[in-house]
Amino acid sequence: MGNFNKKIEVFKDVFFDGGGYKTVLEGLQNTIIIAVVGLVIGVFIGTIIATIRVLPKYKTLPKVLNGLCSFYVGLFRGTPIVVQLLVFYYVLLPLLEIKMAAVTVAIYVFGMNSGAYISEIMRSGIMSVDVGQMEGGRAVGLSYGVTMRKIVIPQAVKNILPTLGNEFIALIKETSVVSFVGATDLYVAFNYIGSNSYEFMVPYLVMAMIYIVLVLLISMLIKIIERSLRKSDRDR
Amino acid sequence: MIETVNLKKCYGDLTVLKDINIKVNEGEVVVVIGPSGSGKSTFLRCLNCMEDPTAGSIIFNGVDIADMKVDINFHRQKMGMVFQHFNLFNNKTVIENIMLSPVYVETKKLKKAKRNNFFVKLKQTFGIKSDSQIIEITKTKAQIKKDARENALTLLKKIGLEDKADIYPSQLSGGQKQRVAIVRSLAMNPDVILFDEPTSALDPEMVGEVLEVMKNLAKDGMTMVVVTHEMGFAKEVASRVLFMDEGNILEQGTPQDIFQNPQSDRLKSFLAKVL
Ligand SMILES: Nc1ncnc2c1ncn2[C@@H]1O[C@H](COP(=O)(O)OP(=O)(O)O)[C@@H](O)[C@H]1O
Ligand SMILES: [Mg+2]
Repeated sequence: MGNFNKKIEVFKDVFFDGGGYKTVLEGLQNTIIIAVVGLVIGVFIGTIIATIRVLPKYKTLPKVLNGLCSFYVGLFRGTPIVVQLLVFYYVLLPLLEIKMAAVTVAIYVFGMNSGAYISEIMRSGIMSVDVGQMEGGRAVGLSYGVTMRKIVIPQAVKNILPTLGNEFIALIKETSVVSFVGATDLYVAFNYIGSNSYEFMVPYLVMAMIYIVLVLLISMLIKIIERSLRKSDRDR
Repeated sequence: MIETVNLKKCYGDLTVLKDINIKVNEGEVVVVIGPSGSGKSTFLRCLNCMEDPTAGSIIFNGVDIADMKVDINFHRQKMGMVFQHFNLFNNKTVIENIMLSPVYVETKKLKKAKRNNFFVKLKQTFGIKSDSQIIEITKTKAQIKKDARENALTLLKKIGLEDKADIYPSQLSGGQKQRVAIVRSLAMNPDVILFDEPTSALDPEMVGEVLEVMKNLAKDGMTMVVVTHEMGFAKEVASRVLFMDEGNILEQGTPQDIFQNPQSDRLKSFLAKVL
């Protein structure tokens, strides 16, 4: 145990005096930004795709769009996110001659990736809303799109909120692959501290605890949001 | 007001409506009766194109709304519809349910007028002749909302539910939900309201309150098409009763004709079962 105390001392040294905390803060910030902005982009893309996929399909345009969406979803769900990240950063951007910070690339890739997953979640959410809600909207003269936006999707989102929360937690965890393109996240930060002190036990332990606390905080937040949304169906 | 011309509706191989030619005049209360599965709901839902007719026309205020090129949403604003299962918006309070469409429609008109005026003025500044005129804007968005709110409250007061304005539909009883649903369609100032078995999903003690609201509407001269199994309502309120059987209007006439003097065996046996 004395050995462990010594390791803690070493960690403290590097963390506080050696400025390791700055890297950790930067890593934490990146992790959260990538996950949060990624989720927002994902919800946006996912909602659009889900809306297209539930469109009535007796016209050509919805059919074509639906095909494109299936392709998109298949592509992003069918390949590992690391591969997507690498391909964007090392293949697509150089080919298109675009310069972009690794974190920015990570945000976009995570957004597009979670968009594919969220579209499936959102689709089941939309289908869980009673068709009567759409009919009610159409009967008072609202268009399909407006009824979708004002009536169906808000209820769908409420239904899928727990699943969406899980997706966010998954995103937080998956951000640990962004080091593949050289972006600093929690893993990179603690790895940096570890390499500087030749001592990995405590840094990785602290890293694990930070992830756990993050996930617990998010779970709590989701519960609070759910409760406040439930006011519209108190007796169900 | 509404006229169907050779209206036909099929689902795949199943022909649900065969060839329906019906005219609903202003101020009439037309009650549709008939056995379950005879096509009553389908007929009603074709009237506002909730179901697109397979063939034929629906002439509403002189326009064939079965034509896919017309703006169906515009015409539906003048045709209310009340459903068996109410279909109130679960994520909106009672008053929001009533205000949503009027506010949306008026706001959209306002935006359109503003856009139009902007371009007309732009053209004037550059001395270009413009085909369109300045549209006079009488209301701000806040004014639109305020008016819609007042109107909704007045309507709610009429059915004695003004104290429920700010609660969600899930906290209302079935009868209250259906009365709110009727008020929601009234808020659009419709020319006609279509009712699809408005009391069938209600507990018996709540049927009366909904029928009462409908009777008052009829008294005020609202044009109504009502699919119902409430024969008492049909006898008392209907100006005309349609008997539907296997996708045809088999008989029609005054409540007197239909209930006292049925012609076909189908109608006789139907009445024997329900009366
Ligand atoms: N969306 C649909 N798809 C296929 N068949 C349908 C559909 N809607 C109604 N039907 C059929 O059409 C017939 C008439 O139904 P409906 O108009 O609901 O009758 P009613 O309202 O008189 O009970 C029934 O046989 C029903 O099964
Ligand atoms: Mg029916």
